Amino acid sequence: MSDDILFDLRGISKKFVKGNDTITVFENLDMSIARGDFLAIMGPSGSGKTTLLNMLGGVDQPTSGEVVFDGKRVDTLSENQLAAWRANNVGFIFQFYNLMPMLNAERNVELPLLLTRLGRGQRKKNVAAALELVSLSDRAKHMPKELSGGQQQRVAIARALVSDPKLLLCDEPTGDLDRQTADEILEMLTLLNRDYGKTIIMVTHDPEAAKYAKRTVHLDKGEFVAKELAA
Amino acid sequence: MRGFFSQIWTVVVMNVLSLPRRLWMSLAAIFAVSVVVAVLLAFLAMAKGFEQTLAGTGTDRIAIITRTGSQSELNSSMSRDTVNLVATAPGIARDAGGDPVYSAELYVIVDGIKRSNQLKANIPMRGISPRGFGLREQLEIVEGRQFEPGRNEIVVGEGVLRQFEGFELGREIRFGKTNWEVVGVFSTGGSAFESELWADAPTVQSQFQRGSSFQTVRLRLETPGDVQPILEFVENDPQLILDVETEADFFANQGRALTGIAIFGWILSVVMGLGALAGALNTMYTSVAARAREIATLRAIGFSNISAFMGTLAESLLLSVLGGLAGAIAAWLFFDGFSASTLGASFTQVVFTFELTPELFRDGIVLAVAIGLIGGLFPAWRAARVPVVTAFQGGE
Repeated sequence: MSDDILFDLRGISKKFVKGNDTITVFENLDMSIARGDFLAIMGPSGSGKTTLLNMLGGVDQPTSGEVVFDGKRVDTLSENQLAAWRANNVGFIFQFYNLMPMLNAERNVELPLLLTRLGRGQRKKNVAAALELVSLSDRAKHMPKELSGGQQQRVAIARALVSDPKLLLCDEPTGDLDRQTADEILEMLTLLNRDYGKTIIMVTHDPEAAKYAKRTVHLDKGEFVAKELAA
Repeated sequence: MRGFFSQIWTVVVMNVLSLPRRLWMSLAAIFAVSVVVAVLLAFLAMAKGFEQTLAGTGTDRIAIITRTGSQSELNSSMSRDTVNLVATAPGIARDAGGDPVYSAELYVIVDGIKRSNQLKANIPMRGISPRGFGLREQLEIVEGRQFEPGRNEIVVGEGVLRQFEGFELGREIRFGKTNWEVVGVFSTGGSAFESELWADAPTVQSQFQRGSSFQTVRLRLETPGDVQPILEFVENDPQLILDVETEADFFANQGRALTGIAIFGWILSVVMGLGALAGALNTMYTSVAARAREIATLRAIGFSNISAFMGTLAESLLLSVLGGLAGAIAAWLFFDGFSASTLGASFTQVVFTFELTPELFRDGIVLAVAIGLIGGLFPAWRAARVPVVTAFQGGE
């Protein structure tokens, strides 16, 4: 495998058993994602794009096949090993932000750092830097309910970034935002990809959002269809 | 390891901070546990108070003699001749003049009006000799004076004064066809004797038509706890059909029936505790359901499922310990030192005080912790199993 490849999916199958039926989401799917890529995954509902994102994030396991991240297999890890792997390598950005409503912005951003060996002072510095990056330093003490949707998503981005993961996984990151705010968020992701070298994989319904990505793949019924477009 | 504990601590703090979102449900769980603990402590305090009252009443330096099979003073009866004969038994302590130290006593029932409910209740009235006073430990006339032999005078126990109306110093009370004057108030340090009225034995015999009969003999033992010489004396004389016990044994036997209160209290509390447990389970399952997306998000970030488990368990424990403390404080405020009376073995009222000891508090909190642990365990397990994909589902 080339050093430029961050993610390599080999012969991935994913099947669910529902009652007497077996539903096949993917069958023998192969995919490679380069280091520093910004990939948009599009497709209709039920096409398997969220399941794919979940497998890339170690949240869901393939029925068969190999998921290789940075040269190491992650599909064979236990649940708690996967949690540790996510803590070190993956930042998640959710459609509905998923901030903890009882914690203020900086406490939310600090969460991933609680899993590290960093002391309180260093954690504070890193949190401040992450909030600075998303231009929310002045809202550090605000509770999520005191922030707009766009601001909440920026806090979520700061949380995803703060432990400096290689990979950002975004699940419809602008799905709950108006166009202008969505564009601001997408520009921020572009900046993180371009200037900070983060590899970004983004699931989206929105063709406008996909335009920010370096490349877009289309999934339909568990297969990539030939619509790959350059952004 | 630091990450391990800090993530558990973070989840615990977040769960606690999120409690206001589930305020009423959490308060209901706290209330349920507090009621269970308060009821348990009330029963245990009652049993403890009763036990301590009776334990304080008996001593092994004194023996009590009743008619065989009478079981209580009220049912016992013996003639003056029997009393005189028993007084010659060996093993009885003697005074400076060489006379045996004993007191033949009567035990009759009179009515009193309870302050608590204005209803009539039985009070034991004891016909006693001045020598009998010497056979009660910690006896003290706290107000007024002792009765004078031959007169219709009574001294009342402090317990009677607390629980019944009309026994204040100087008051006249009518029992049957005769009037009695309260001339003194006595204390025996909280023992069951304080639930009695005392009067001159011959006067009680005459006013209650008892002839020359008595019900019990109390005597000081030569060797504390050793009733054997008297027992042998009684067994060897066919005229004497009597039971001989130390006073400590006598009251311990009387109290045994009522220490069942504690067992009843535990049974009732366990049954109620099952109800509280169902409430705790419901509250915690609801909490897990309400926090599912938060739990899943933390798992996605990299928190372990142990943190979700511990966080839920800690929340459950916190609610039940708060409930336990509230129940214990309520029990302490309402019951500690609360004076009550209940039927003793002679169908008379024994006045006692609820005693909430630190051991009982501990028992109450242990019960609360047990409810919290069991009530939190299954929901915590569910929290640990929340699928991480939940983080990607649903809206606000």
